[in-house]
Amino acid sequence: MIFGRRQFIQTGLAGSLLLSCSGWLNAAGQRRLSDGEREMLGAVVNAMLEGVLPQPSVQRRQLVALTVDGVATAVAGLSVASQKEIGELFGLLVIAPGRMLIAGVGKPWREASVADVGEFLQSWRVSRLSLLQGAYGALHDLTFGAWYGRPDSWEAIAYPGPPRGYF
Amino acid sequence: MDDPIKAGLAAGWKHIDGSTLASSQTIETDVLIVGTGAGGGVTADLLSGAGLRVVLIEEGPLRSSSDFKMRESDAYPELYQESAARKTADKAINILQGRCVGGSTTVNWTSSFRTPPAVFDFWQSRFGLRQLSAASMSSWFAVMEHKLWVRPWDTPPNANNRVLAAGAEKLGFEVGSIKRNVKGCWNLGYCGMGCPTNAKQSMLVTTIPAALDRGATLYTRLRAERLRVDGNRVSALDCVALQSDGIHPSGRRLHFRARHFVIAGGAIGSPALLMRSSVPDPYRLLGKRTFLHPVVISSALMDDRVDAYAGAPQSIYSDHFLQQAPIDGPLGFKLETPPLHPVLYATTLQGYGEAHARLMREFTRVNVILALLRDGFNPESRGGQVRLGSGGLPVLDYPLGDVIWEAARRALLAMAEIQFAAGARWVTPVHEMAPGYASWGEAKKGIAELPLKPLLCRVVSAHVMGGCGMADAPHRGVVDHRGRHFWLDNLSVHDGSVFPTSLGANPQLSIYGLVARNASLLAAELTGKPVPAIP
Repeated sequence: MIFGRRQFIQTGLAGSLLLSCSGWLNAAGQRRLSDGEREMLGAVVNAMLEGVLPQPSVQRRQLVALTVDGVATAVAGLSVASQKEIGELFGLLVIAPGRMLIAGVGKPWREASVADVGEFLQSWRVSRLSLLQGAYGALHDLTFGAWYGRPDSWEAIAYPGPPRGYF
Repeated sequence: MDDPIKAGLAAGWKHIDGSTLASSQTIETDVLIVGTGAGGGVTADLLSGAGLRVVLIEEGPLRSSSDFKMRESDAYPELYQESAARKTADKAINILQGRCVGGSTTVNWTSSFRTPPAVFDFWQSRFGLRQLSAASMSSWFAVMEHKLWVRPWDTPPNANNRVLAAGAEKLGFEVGSIKRNVKGCWNLGYCGMGCPTNAKQSMLVTTIPAALDRGATLYTRLRAERLRVDGNRVSALDCVALQSDGIHPSGRRLHFRARHFVIAGGAIGSPALLMRSSVPDPYRLLGKRTFLHPVVISSALMDDRVDAYAGAPQSIYSDHFLQQAPIDGPLGFKLETPPLHPVLYATTLQGYGEAHARLMREFTRVNVILALLRDGFNPESRGGQVRLGSGGLPVLDYPLGDVIWEAARRALLAMAEIQFAAGARWVTPVHEMAPGYASWGEAKKGIAELPLKPLLCRVVSAHVMGGCGMADAPHRGVVDHRGRHFWLDNLSVHDGSVFPTSLGANPQLSIYGLVARNASLLAAELTGKPVPAIP
């Protein structure tokens, strides 16, 4: 993280302002993820799913992309108000000032390591600002919902899937 | 597998999917019912049975057993509010609430409890509801138990429930068996994704088909927007049709005129509709005292497979901790178990990365216990408040204060002790800072020191109650004991929003019983026939 914890907390108020400003970027309602959002979510998913995803490889990148698609689908199933909030969050994270000041990630998302993104996730997870904690919760739930909703993910947790053959 | 809904539609049931409407229309009927869950379903059955013309409005889709594939990725977006991710305004509480024909009864876990007698006593003394007691309501519960096959569940509990039973019994905490509203249940464990075998006697397969057989009309993908008030009467309801995504308005509008309007949109939707309609609310009670049974969660690792995804999700409960203090003292809690499916468990579980992955790898050996906190009785526990957010959509503020956290800590301790007593080798509260504990001694010390705060300690809810509370007088409630609005003559509220407190028990049977009574009284009034003999 490029800032110490104290500075990070101080940026909180500015972050709230930035968050409300970035809203207009995403006020358009139903839409596809932008390239910038896909890169950001790819970095988040790649860190959230460390320990689940295979070692860095083409396969890992494909699974990350698949999970980002799942996140987009999940967002589309939320209410208009929630979609707008999520759009604001994504909008904040894709702009460089948001990424650097609020998330504390200095490198562009496509270059950020699992450790860089992990530090950001951890800082939001235990942030004193409920706005950021709630945003961490949204990223957490969207990522794990998208991942474990896919039958391909079940073998690793020994879940046999729903009963088959009876119906 | 037969699909009674598909068969009924083929036989000519009147169902109109709002997303397919080509033009705006005005429709007349005797009774308009908003919502098709526990309240709307029972009301539609009884009023259509009395010979009244009934129209039902549902915001969600009509889905049935042939759609129910037991997959979370389909079921949550199709059948739940906000894809099962509805949240309080501060995101600290995740709310599971149905949004489909049958409402939450289509996706609940079938647990059936009568309203506890102590709750009726409290309502009598604090809200003047002298007409309602365990004795006076007994026949209504019995009628609905019979109709919906609420019976003791004789199949042995699944391993997840056995952990609760074994641990509690070892520690001397009384447990009981949960009655379930099922007929020929296959014990699959997928109740939360819609019953694929039509065994669950939800509104979807009982009261709503009965009403449709009698000629009632069901509109889906239709959002009730605003009641039109004319003097002391409701004259009409304006609705907006939704697109097939169930989220965005299509631009078509329907306008309903009726003799009587019944609101049964659940304890978030009902007060919000009344607020959007600016119905008289001189004492500012609308949307206040909304209760959730806030739930805290304890996850344990067992030596053997638990497979908590399989078998009846809830068959064992303990009310031991509801009985340790007066009902209005420190909050008591009911202990139950949830079913575990990959998405539900993974999204609820704390952490990310390797730590989360490690817990998920043990998925089949996990036991989870829930504590439902009995909110709304202690004077400090005033619940939440529904307000209108952007686009007039409801937002629920539910402050998690000290009175909740004090009980949450006792609940996390009790659950961990039970899990270790049942042989758990590791237990963690679902909390962002809990490291997990290898013994009861460690857990006791660790949980005592955990910071309990919103968004650190996971809190969920599947029971939304209140917001249109009933009472004996308009300064204490929104409706009377019959669910009749105090200010508008032809308006009733028939759902869990009328409860003036929470219940300390899963609410479906409380709603069925009370609504059976109130819909019967309403049917008698609207048809001019004598009121039914049972009270």
